[in-house]
Amino acid sequence: MARQRVRFTFSADMVREPIIYRLGHDFDVVTNIRRADVRADMGWVVLELDGTDDEIQRGLTWVADNGVRVDPIAGDVIEG
Amino acid sequence: MAFVKGLKCRECGREYPGDPLNVCDFCFGPLEVIYDYVTISEVISRDRIAGGPLSIWRYEDLLPASAEDPVDIMAGYTPLMKAKNLGKRLGLNNLYIKNDSVNPSFSFKDRVVSVAATKAVEFGYETLACASTGNLACSVAAHAARAGIDAVVFIPADLERGKVIGAAVYNPTLVAVDGTYDEVNRLCSEISDNYPWAFVNINMRPYYAEGSKTLGYEVAEQLGWRIPDHVVIPSASGAMFTKIWKGFNELACLGLLDGVEPMPFGADQNTVHHPAVTTRMHMAQAEGCSPIVWAWENQKNQIRPVRPDSIAKSLAIGNPADGIYALRVIRESDGSGYAVPENKVVEGIKLLAETEGVFTETAGGVTVSTLKYLAESGAIGPDELTVAYITGNGLKTQEAVEEVVNPLLVKPMMGSFEAALESRMAAGV
Repeated sequence: MARQRVRFTFSADMVREPIIYRLGHDFDVVTNIRRADVRADMGWVVLELDGTDDEIQRGLTWVADNGVRVDPIAGDVIEG
Repeated sequence: MAFVKGLKCRECGREYPGDPLNVCDFCFGPLEVIYDYVTISEVISRDRIAGGPLSIWRYEDLLPASAEDPVDIMAGYTPLMKAKNLGKRLGLNNLYIKNDSVNPSFSFKDRVVSVAATKAVEFGYETLACASTGNLACSVAAHAARAGIDAVVFIPADLERGKVIGAAVYNPTLVAVDGTYDEVNRLCSEISDNYPWAFVNINMRPYYAEGSKTLGYEVAEQLGWRIPDHVVIPSASGAMFTKIWKGFNELACLGLLDGVEPMPFGADQNTVHHPAVTTRMHMAQAEGCSPIVWAWENQKNQIRPVRPDSIAKSLAIGNPADGIYALRVIRESDGSGYAVPENKVVEGIKLLAETEGVFTETAGGVTVSTLKYLAESGAIGPDELTVAYITGNGLKTQEAVEEVVNPLLVKPMMGSFEAALESRMAAGV
């Protein structure tokens, strides 16, 4: 089993979609929300995912394909 | 010795020991160093600082690593130049340039990496690592060489040759990742979870970021223990911006600034604001990657991540870790943010070079163009004490200004020279 910490950023048109529910329902991934700030025009959620490596990656690819930005929780780690 | 009490989450306030951690286990918020300021106030003085080395380690009492045996390539104590010519051009009579492009690996990153590397050695790490598109890679590789430990530096596979050489010369393990920016970002984050390495801006981040406070201390010391009315600072992650502000406030609270009474730090050390610190903090970003300025301009309380598309690659962080905190500093200081149009970045580089003889990289072009905008818009008054931070050297981004190379081509004869000179003068260039 693997564990990954990620940050999802939702644009205004994605804020109303049950993305996290579907990630847990359609993939074999346990989601655990730690902190969030969701408003009408945008939102973000930091959460921990448990599952196999492959299943987490499959789930995250699906999330990104649905227009949600997926980042490491600490923001960009590449610096100039 | 370091006066560190431990780490504290900026979001939920949970406290942790001073270990190599960067994220709160409970809420995933960022961790910050907390200090024993009571003891610091008993030992620190201007004289003690003046008696220290001519590097960032003169401020050892306010840094989170011990200065007994620092990993030091002599970062810091860079020139603060009165910029008379640039000031005249912009109508500013009291303008200074903090020229941090002359650090040993040619950028301000030496300040933060020196602290992170010292802390990494203190923790017993044998490998220093980072993911970078330039300046950070050079600094990490240089400091690892100095410390006699290994360096692993991740770079995008398409990084410009000059920058690759600038890091490779120190003989790190250079890993060129063939992928998009997001993929490189994610991979490095995962690697940091799985290898026992000191990633300077990941597991060392709370300590690393503190090195930027020295940019605030030095300016105050060089101005005779005064702080400016305005500062203009280029921003990527937002960390340096918040730490310069923190540096000014620490000096004020400790009573080290001229005519300023000390003040207790209170429960939240990282948001302390001494009323005597009236410096207005102006943030400079390039239009192609300006998520913090966008949030400020649009009065948002969240940072909307962007995909960077900017000539100023050293500022190209689309999802800035400290963006929200930097935004708060802009507001608290009554400062501002400006997103420089991409086509004005090179103008800024040339303006600084032509007026003050300082060759900066694209980030410096962003700073100077922001300064110009602030002066022209009246946000900075003619006699207000203003400092612009120049954080990287122009030799790193020479391709950005290739257009300036336009020599007179002459034969080795006086006639040829005179004809060419006359032709150039007639053209008025």
